[in-house]
Amino acid sequence: MSVEAPEVIPASAPSRQPAVTAIRRTFSSRLAAGFVVALTVLWTIPTFGLLVTSLRPQADVTGSGWWNVFLHPSFTLDNYKTVLVSGGYNVSGGLLPYFVNSLVISIPGTLFPLAIASMAAYALAWVPFRGSNVLFFTIFALQVVPLQLALLPLLQFFNLGLSIGPLTIVPALHLGGTFFTVWIAHTMFAMPLAIFLLHNFIAQLPRDVMEAATVDGANFFLTFRRIVLPLSMPSIAAFAIFQFLWVWNDLLVALTFVGGGQATVAPLTARLSQLTGSLGARWDLLTAGAFVSIVVPLIVFFSLQRFFVRGLLAGSVKG
Amino acid sequence: MASVTFDRATRIYPGSEHPAVDKLDLQIQDGEFLVLVGPSGCGKSTSLRMLAGLEECSEGRILIGDRDVTRLQPKDRDIAMVFQNYALYPHMSVAENMAFALKIAGVAKDERDKRVRDAAKLLDLEPYLDRKPKALSGGQRQRVAMGRAIVREPRVFLMDEPLSNLDAKLRVSTRTQIASLQRRLGITTVYVTHDQVEAMTMGDRVAVLKDGVLQQCDTPRHLYDRPNNVFVAGFIGSPAMNIRDFPLTQNGAMVGDTEIPLHREAVAMAGREGNTVTVGFRPEDVDLAGDGQPGVPVEVDVIEELGSDAFLYGHLPGANPLEDSPIIARIDPRSTIKRGDTVHLAIRPHHVHAFSPTSGERLPDA
Repeated sequence: MSVEAPEVIPASAPSRQPAVTAIRRTFSSRLAAGFVVALTVLWTIPTFGLLVTSLRPQADVTGSGWWNVFLHPSFTLDNYKTVLVSGGYNVSGGLLPYFVNSLVISIPGTLFPLAIASMAAYALAWVPFRGSNVLFFTIFALQVVPLQLALLPLLQFFNLGLSIGPLTIVPALHLGGTFFTVWIAHTMFAMPLAIFLLHNFIAQLPRDVMEAATVDGANFFLTFRRIVLPLSMPSIAAFAIFQFLWVWNDLLVALTFVGGGQATVAPLTARLSQLTGSLGARWDLLTAGAFVSIVVPLIVFFSLQRFFVRGLLAGSVKG
Repeated sequence: MASVTFDRATRIYPGSEHPAVDKLDLQIQDGEFLVLVGPSGCGKSTSLRMLAGLEECSEGRILIGDRDVTRLQPKDRDIAMVFQNYALYPHMSVAENMAFALKIAGVAKDERDKRVRDAAKLLDLEPYLDRKPKALSGGQRQRVAMGRAIVREPRVFLMDEPLSNLDAKLRVSTRTQIASLQRRLGITTVYVTHDQVEAMTMGDRVAVLKDGVLQQCDTPRHLYDRPNNVFVAGFIGSPAMNIRDFPLTQNGAMVGDTEIPLHREAVAMAGREGNTVTVGFRPEDVDLAGDGQPGVPVEVDVIEELGSDAFLYGHLPGANPLEDSPIIARIDPRSTIKRGDTVHLAIRPHHVHAFSPTSGERLPDA
């Protein structure tokens, strides 16, 4: 009966310490540290160049490389103003509406799958019912279906409903071009991996605690809400980061369902990809636009990163 | 408060033919402290979990008071359980942990706070009410687990080896605290342990289980003095009782070259089964025989010093000390006997237990 899990009062000392120490030792050797620093610098230089370019006046950007800024510093926020609100050279309306669209797509696109997947994961891990294992493996097996395969049938379904020959099973929904389509699509595509990851974490919660809740009178839903949900925050946060970044950066699903162009529904990614075509020469505006789209993922990552590391470790290292 | 009745309760795990708990018949009185004890895998925890409603009853019934709870959910049974690993909710403070069940039951906040404070006072937990379990020591966590059970004011307490994660010293003091607390609250308690010392010191009655079958349920005194069979005799008592087969004689058993008298009926019953009888005697029921007095010769292998007592471990001449279980005798800790000596042991005749060599059941002694 000695079940151990993260965060939970362990009966015997968990085996986490040695593993963590080993990892720490490996990463703290001088060679490894030097390597990591070199990689980080290498990866950061282009991003840094992007940032610097986005802050330079148009004339400078076309005339010289961004590193010249160290010799002749001159900065401006005009690019951001142009890109976000004022429209300006060929950028009708600016990026702000698309930015909002991206948020409107990404936030439900993250919360919906999390809500459904965490409940499903709890049910599959802790509610005994016939065929729960088969169901779990079936769900995870869906992970091998490439989402590109599902795009057109889904699009057809959203617009025309479902019919086999003359038999109409679902009437035409006329959902095409609305946020619903992207929310539903992202939720569906995220489900197998979300259930798998959360299931692995939730299944490791100690049986004793679950039973204590049962004896204390909690039904399945209360146990889920009061015990499982708070205890699986690390894994939920980890998956929330994954999912948010994926939805925020997604272009394919967005282009398919909400098209490009319309300021009412299209996300930032769709608009930026258009700008690359029409504004290929306006690096000052492109870089500013790119930076606008980076900011939100950065905020999400840094605010949840402490959960992120814990969530990733929790699955592999018991403790 | 209520009595508890196991009525031929059986638990067979799916895929296993052997029942984990086999037709358990047990009556627990209102307010009684009953200890279930046995080696690991004997079904004691399963029995407790059946009473809690965490395991299904394959057959038979379980009653709390007059109510048949066999098919009821744990929450409808009016029980509270203390788990071996405490199973505290790690994300809740001590107060929240204790109030959780009341909150679910819809008890008003004032009442909840009052009951939590009362329990905390009882258990010396008042300074820790706002702490999270991970900021508590093992003993404090154990008390929180107790407190969580107490605030519910249930009809029955269930405790599943609640002391096994404490260090030896704390275990002894907590043992006494739990026993006295239970007597003060007067709530029927079923307590599971594998430690026979805990069982003997805490229980009003002790039920010994082996392989899912109840061996004997009796007061600690009675269990010690009149074990029902060889298993109980060997399980209860530390060091264990000396038990082995000896040749049967007209009036008793031949131990070494001394005859130990047994009850006439015991001799007769053993005689019908063969020409040996299983004889048991406790280490403290043995005296060193003086010079010239009859006694069983024993070669000393080890002397175990405990301070207040000393125990002599030895073997009969000609026996292999590595193969046979040793003969154990309590001796004066200041005696000068040492390893390699041969001593003569006189067994107190009225403290001998006789068992059937085939069934292991106790033979009549009165």
